[in-house]
Amino acid sequence: MCLGIPGEVIEFLPDQPDLARVDVSGVKRVINVGLLADDPPEPGEWVLIHVGFALSKIDESEAAAALEFLEGIGQAYADELAALQESRIE
Amino acid sequence: MTGRTAPDTSPGRRGGWVDEALREHEEHTRAAMSRPKTAAPEREQQVLDRIDKARRRRPKIREERITMSHGAGGKATRTLVEAMFLDAFRNPLLEPLEDSAQIHLNGSRVALTTDSYVVSPLFFPGGDIGDLAVNGTVNDLAVSGATPLYLSAGFILEEGFPVADLNRIVTSMQAAAMAAGVQVVTGDTKVVQRGKADGCYINTAGIGVVEHDVSLGVATAQPGDAVIVSGPIGDHGVTIMLARGELDIEADIVSDTAPMNGMIADLLGATTGVRALRDATRGGVATILNEVATAANVSVVVTEDKIPVRTEVRGASELLGIDPMYVACEGRLVAVVDGAEADKALAALRAHPLGEQAAIIGHIAEEPPGIVLLKTAFGGTRIVDLLVGDPLPRIC
Amino acid sequence: MRFVDEFRDADKAHALAAKIAALCAPGRQYKLMEVCGGHTHTIYKHGLEDYLPESITLVHGPGCPVCVIPMGRVDDAIHLASQPDVIMTSFGDMMRVPGSQGSFFDAKAAGTDIRMVYSPLDSLKIARQNPDQRVVFMAIGFETTTPSTAMTVLRAAAEGLGNFSVFCNHVTIIPAIKAILDSPDLRLDGFIGPGHVSTVIGCRPYEFIAREYGKPVVVAGFEPLDILQSIYMLMVQLSEGRTEVENQYTRVVPWDGNLAALNAINQVMELRPYFEWRGLGFISHSAMRMRPDYASFDAELLFQVPGVRVADPKACQCGEVLKGVLKPWECKVFGTACTPETPIGTCMVSPEGACAAYYNYGRMNRHRVVEVSIS
Repeated sequence: MCLGIPGEVIEFLPDQPDLARVDVSGVKRVINVGLLADDPPEPGEWVLIHVGFALSKIDESEAAAALEFLEGIGQAYADELAALQESRIE
Repeated sequence: MTGRTAPDTSPGRRGGWVDEALREHEEHTRAAMSRPKTAAPEREQQVLDRIDKARRRRPKIREERITMSHGAGGKATRTLVEAMFLDAFRNPLLEPLEDSAQIHLNGSRVALTTDSYVVSPLFFPGGDIGDLAVNGTVNDLAVSGATPLYLSAGFILEEGFPVADLNRIVTSMQAAAMAAGVQVVTGDTKVVQRGKADGCYINTAGIGVVEHDVSLGVATAQPGDAVIVSGPIGDHGVTIMLARGELDIEADIVSDTAPMNGMIADLLGATTGVRALRDATRGGVATILNEVATAANVSVVVTEDKIPVRTEVRGASELLGIDPMYVACEGRLVAVVDGAEADKALAALRAHPLGEQAAIIGHIAEEPPGIVLLKTAFGGTRIVDLLVGDPLPRIC
Repeated sequence: MRFVDEFRDADKAHALAAKIAALCAPGRQYKLMEVCGGHTHTIYKHGLEDYLPESITLVHGPGCPVCVIPMGRVDDAIHLASQPDVIMTSFGDMMRVPGSQGSFFDAKAAGTDIRMVYSPLDSLKIARQNPDQRVVFMAIGFETTTPSTAMTVLRAAAEGLGNFSVFCNHVTIIPAIKAILDSPDLRLDGFIGPGHVSTVIGCRPYEFIAREYGKPVVVAGFEPLDILQSIYMLMVQLSEGRTEVENQYTRVVPWDGNLAALNAINQVMELRPYFEWRGLGFISHSAMRMRPDYASFDAELLFQVPGVRVADPKACQCGEVLKGVLKPWECKVFGTACTPETPIGTCMVSPEGACAAYYNYGRMNRHRVVEVSIS
C-alpha cells in the first residue's frame, strides 16, 4: 500500500496537462501529476509514483547527498577494515 | 455506524480447526510452563517447529467453492490436487505428481501428460494460445526426460468466436508442432453457448518415449546439488498482464513461449548428473523451488542477484507490486544438477539459443528441510514460500 | 533501477551496521518502532534484521491501513458489492481480508462483481465504460493514498460522472501513533517515521512525539539502506541524548509536505468524529469521510450499509500485534490456524501486515540460517 516507485517523466499528454507518461525501468505508464501542479515536473525529472499519481519529485541533489553520506560511511568502514588487516599481519 | 454488535462468529467453516490449534497451543504452553523458563530464541524455535508440523499435515480443502487461487499454481492448487484428485484417483503412477506420468508399456517407458489452456487474451506479444498449447505440453514431456512425439488437441469454442481467429490459432499450433518435431494426431471439438468458454479453450495431451537412461524427479535432489535456471524469468506472465490492457502500461516485453525439448536433449546428452527438470509455468520459479524442497526434504538456497530477470520485467513487477519469482514463464526450465556436473550442464544450456542466459542460481542444502531460502541482493536472508492467492489470473 | 539499486548496496549496509552496533550502550536494550507497513515489508523482504545487533529490536506498529479495518467494515463493503448493478473496485490488498462471512475473494467466487484495480483512476475508467452500472471504489490507506482518492473524486465531479462513488476508509497516522505512545504496554526508544505518508503531511506533525513524549523520530525511505541509515540516525540521537524529528528521506519528503495534496483532501473530505480501528478500538478524529458537498460520491450515503460492529474472533490477537506488544510468532494461532492461506486476522492477510511479512519471509531460525548461508 505504501508502494511508491521512482519513475522518469518522458512527456506530457498533449491535451491533458494533468497526465504525464513516465518510464520505470523501460516500462511506460501514464500517471496523473495533478498533485505536483504547484511545481510541475519537466521531462527528464524523476517522480515518486503511488497508485497512478505522482506524489513528489525526487530531488536528485538530495539523492546524491544521501548516497555520498553512505559512500563516506562505506569508505570509512573499508579504511577501518584495512587498518585492522594491517595490524593483524604484524 | 450504528452501535449494534453481532455475535462473535469466526467464519463458520473455520470453527473446528481454530479450536484445535488453540487446544494445542494451550497444551504446549502448559508443558512449557512446567519446564524451566526458556529464552526467547528457544520459544520462537518452538513456535516454528509447531508451524512446520502444521504445514506437513495432510492437506484439507477448507473452501466450499472454487476460487481463482485454486488455479494460480500455488498453495491452493497444490492442496486441491492432493486432497481432491490424488485422494480420489490414488495410484502409484499418479503419486509422484511430476509434470508427466511415467508408464512402462511393453518394454518402453512412455511419458503421458495433459494440460488445458485458458489464457486471456488469446493473442499476445510473442505468441498465442495455440503456441502455448503445443509448447506447454511438449515441455511437460521433455522435462520428464521423454522425447515428445504425439499430441491430442481438444477445442472448446464459444458460439460467435471468429473463424479467422481459430484459423490463426491452428496455424500457430501447426508451426509450433513442426518446430518441436511433434504431430497432432487426434482431437475433439465442442461448441458452447455465447458467454461460456471466453472464445476458445484448448486441452492437449501428449505422449513421448523416455529413451535416456535417466530417472528424473524432484525427490532425488541432494545437498550439494546446483540449481540452474535456463534464462530470464517472468517474461510470459508480465506480458499477459500488460496485454490485458487494463493497466495502461506499455513495455517491450514478449512471452517466452518456446519448445524446450531440443535444449533438454542437449543437456541430458552432455551430462548424466541431472536430477530433476521442471517447467516453470504457473506459480513461477518459486513454486518449483518449493516443490523440490518439500519432495526431497531439503533446503533450497538461492541468491537473488544470480537470478536473471529482464530490466523491464523487474520494472513492471515493481510497478505492479508482484515478485518475478512467482510469475509464470512458458519456455524456461529449472534444473537440479549434481554439483560436480553443474558447469557442464550450464555450458550445454548456454550453447542452445533458448538457454543463452542460463545461470546457476543456488544450491541444495540439508537444513532447514522443506524451506526455500533467498539470499537477498542486500545480504540478508529470507524465505520464499508458496504463492498464496492469485496475483495474475488466467496466465496460461 | 535508478534511485532503487543504489540504496540496496550490501557493502554500505555492512558499514552502517558496524556503526549502529558501535552506538549501542553495553547492557542496554533498544526498541524502535516503525509504523509503516511498507517498512515492515522491506525489513523482512531484505532480511534487514540480520544486520542489526541483538540489543536492537524492531517493533512493528499499526502502519498497515488494511490491517486496521474492522471486520464489520469489510462486511459493509461486501454488502455494497452485492447490490444489484454495483461493480466494486478495490486494491488487491483488500481481496483476502476476512469479514465475518468471508472475504472479497470469497464473494467474488460466489458471483459478486468485485474487480481489482491498481489506481482509483482505473475505477473511474470502469465507471465511464459502464454507464448503466454503479461503480464503488473501496478507498483505503493512510495519507499517502488519500490525496489520490480526493483527486479522483474531483475529476469525477469535473466530468459530471453520476455512477461513481467512494466507500471511504482512509485513516490518519498521527492518532494511531498517539494511541501507541499512550499505551501502557509498550516502552519504545524511538520511531522510524513513515516515508510516503510524510511526502503528504510533511515532518512537522511528528514534533509532538519528540517534544511531549521525549522520543526521537527519523522519517525513513523504503530501501534497505534508507532504513538502516534511519536506525543509525536514531541511535546517534539516543547516544547524544537528543530527541528531535529528522528526515532521512530528503530526496522525496519535503519538510512541509505537499500542499496541493493536503488541499485536495481538505476540499473533498473531512475528519470523522471517531472511527473504529481493529485492535485499537475507537479513536477520535482518526479517519476521513466525504464532505457534504461531495455527498453524491459517498457510497455510505448512496447505499444503506448495515454498519454492524463485528467483534474479532476470540482467537485473533491482531490488536496486540498491531500495537507491537506481541511479536507475530507470539500470537496463539500464528502459523497453525492462521496462515496467509487461511487468515483469521488482517495482520496475516495484508502483504504489509507484520504476521504476513514474518510468515512469508522471516519464518526461520536465524542462527541455523546464518550457518547455511556461509556454507
